[in-house]
Amino acid sequence: MANNVSHITEYKVLGKVFLVLLFLTFLTITVTSFELAAFSVTVALLIAGVKGFMILTYFMHLKYESLLLRILVALIFVLYALVVLITFIDYAYR
Amino acid sequence: MSNDKEKTEYVSYLEHQGKYKGIFSWIFTMDHKRIGLLYLYAIVALFFVGAIMGLLMRIELIAPGETIMKPQTYNGIFTVHGIIMIFMVVIPGLSVVFGNFFLPILIGAKDVAFPKLNRFSWWIYIAGCILAVASQFMKDGPPDTGWSFYAPYSTSTGTNVIMATFAAFVLGFSSILTGLNFIVTIHQLRAPGMKFFNMPLFSWAIYATAWTQLLATPIVGITLLMLIAERLFGIGFFNPDLGGDPVLFEHLFWIYSHPAVYIMILPALGIITEIIPTFCQKKIYGYKAIALSSLAIAGVGFLVWGHHMFTSGMSNQARWFFSLLTFLVAVPSAIKVFNWLATMYKGSIDMKPPFLYALAFIFLFTIGGTTGLLLGSIATNVQVHDTSFVVAHFHYIIFGGMGFAFFGAIHYWLPKMYGRMYNMRIATIAWGIIFVGFNLLYFPQFIIGMQGMPRRYFDYLPQFQTGQVISTIGGFILIIGTVIMVYNLIKGARSGEPAPANPWHGSTLEWQIPSPPSLENFDEALAIKSNPYDYE
Ligand code: HEM
Ligand SMILES: [Cu+2]
Repeated sequence: MANNVSHITEYKVLGKVFLVLLFLTFLTITVTSFELAAFSVTVALLIAGVKGFMILTYFMHLKYESLLLRILVALIFVLYALVVLITFIDYAYR
Repeated sequence: MSNDKEKTEYVSYLEHQGKYKGIFSWIFTMDHKRIGLLYLYAIVALFFVGAIMGLLMRIELIAPGETIMKPQTYNGIFTVHGIIMIFMVVIPGLSVVFGNFFLPILIGAKDVAFPKLNRFSWWIYIAGCILAVASQFMKDGPPDTGWSFYAPYSTSTGTNVIMATFAAFVLGFSSILTGLNFIVTIHQLRAPGMKFFNMPLFSWAIYATAWTQLLATPIVGITLLMLIAERLFGIGFFNPDLGGDPVLFEHLFWIYSHPAVYIMILPALGIITEIIPTFCQKKIYGYKAIALSSLAIAGVGFLVWGHHMFTSGMSNQARWFFSLLTFLVAVPSAIKVFNWLATMYKGSIDMKPPFLYALAFIFLFTIGGTTGLLLGSIATNVQVHDTSFVVAHFHYIIFGGMGFAFFGAIHYWLPKMYGRMYNMRIATIAWGIIFVGFNLLYFPQFIIGMQGMPRRYFDYLPQFQTGQVISTIGGFILIIGTVIMVYNLIKGARSGEPAPANPWHGSTLEWQIPSPPSLENFDEALAIKSNPYDYE
């Protein structure tokens, strides 16, 4: 893959992504002070999910990779989600 | 001028002189072929260690009561037998030996993508083996949990569980790195002109296997670390008194270990898929179906782990679900079997040893697979769970499947690997002995299992004795057969007739280069066919 072209523009973008990540971290801490009951975990996971997505896309260069590779990475997450989901079929009904 | 043209003499990878000499030219090698051979020697040696333990258990079981060992010794031996065979022989087995040696050649590459990483994987594999073997001799005595390390027993037994689990953890690392290496190799190093769907089917099988290694192994790694932490610090992951759940261990363990059975069997299916067209001189039937069924097996195989836990106290909904999915995963396996049969149909079949092993594979794998379906249906599983029926089932799959594929592969590729040929007649006789011994050894265990002979017991009721005795006799026959086979192969590799480059008239790339291959495999430009099994 000839992706050495894309590395030139990156520093600025990386900086911005870093700032967004910092902001999201700050957000994760702030929302804990709200009473969200059962949703507090959901919210924390959502924010973490967004952060993970940004890291994969920018820091790990998925944005510049082939479609095939991006699909493969997405499939891995689907697979792990399924595994967790299926495990909970046991725990939810036991 | 003539001096320029004069080619330097052909040097094979076996004779090649690198930076290091003698034994170091092996230990420090980065040549995928030499690394493949190193794994081969280690795995054959470990196989015989494991097999001797198996034989000791068979001798113990020849009569009820104590025969040659105490119950605790028996517990240790079946555990160590399982750990050696599963984690060191069959899980790495085909992919580290034949994947390393032939994957790059089959796709027209000079080596794997990361040769140094490959060497490193080999080193930590050996480190893991040393740790595991050492755990047998440390002061607390060999682990007695079975290779599955089930909590809560594994968190409380006084034996050497930590060392053994840590060894499995290290071996897992080797497996992950090898998987990663192969995935990148297949993505990046295919010869120009070779698309994914022009690859030989063994490469597809290795590809599916490598993904499973990469994605499933970290889960067992973490699980084993959790177990170690539980033992050392009493954290309570698996202890109900502390809010934990022992069934959680089984979930985590089988989330890896069912996919692990596909790590064992997928390359085996791939090898059979190489052998059959060559010895039928016919294009493989259903190329795409076979390629994609490997991926389907790997994918669905990730979601069926609960069939090992039907009697462990899972919810009914989960049981139902796992049973359904287990039946689904049989479909892509059957697709392969039907495609092999269709390939043989009207082929010009040549009954050479590799093909005989492929035939035996189909027979034994089908028995193993259909009894797997019996185990996958909840009602029958409750009857035969933890009986010798299960032992028979997985030996038919692992030994009858993976083992026979290994034997087939070595008979198929040995002339390429060493440039020499073994004695065909002795190979055929050994095949016959192994086949008979194998069935005598394991088939009776289906029957006595159905009748209630429990698994992992050193003693039994007199009514099971006939079956046990037949089984023990079979064990001896099987070992005699394997010794003859290995002897014949070693003799062939060292001093057999020189083999031509393409003794079986195969069509894939490894047969287009000299035997044994040179260091960089391809010294001349190669022509990529759109179908690797093109026999006109
Ligand atoms: C047709 C596909 C297969 C099906 C439907 C199937 C089904 C099952 C089931 C339901 C069990 C649990 C039995 C019990 O403990 O009650 C089992 C056990 C086992 N199977 Fe399979 N299996 C299949 C293929 C394989 C393959 C390909 C391998 C290995 C290469 C394998 C190796 C094992 C092993 C090692 C066990 C014993 C696990 C233990 O220690 O409890 N199976 N199988
Ligand atoms: Cu399974």
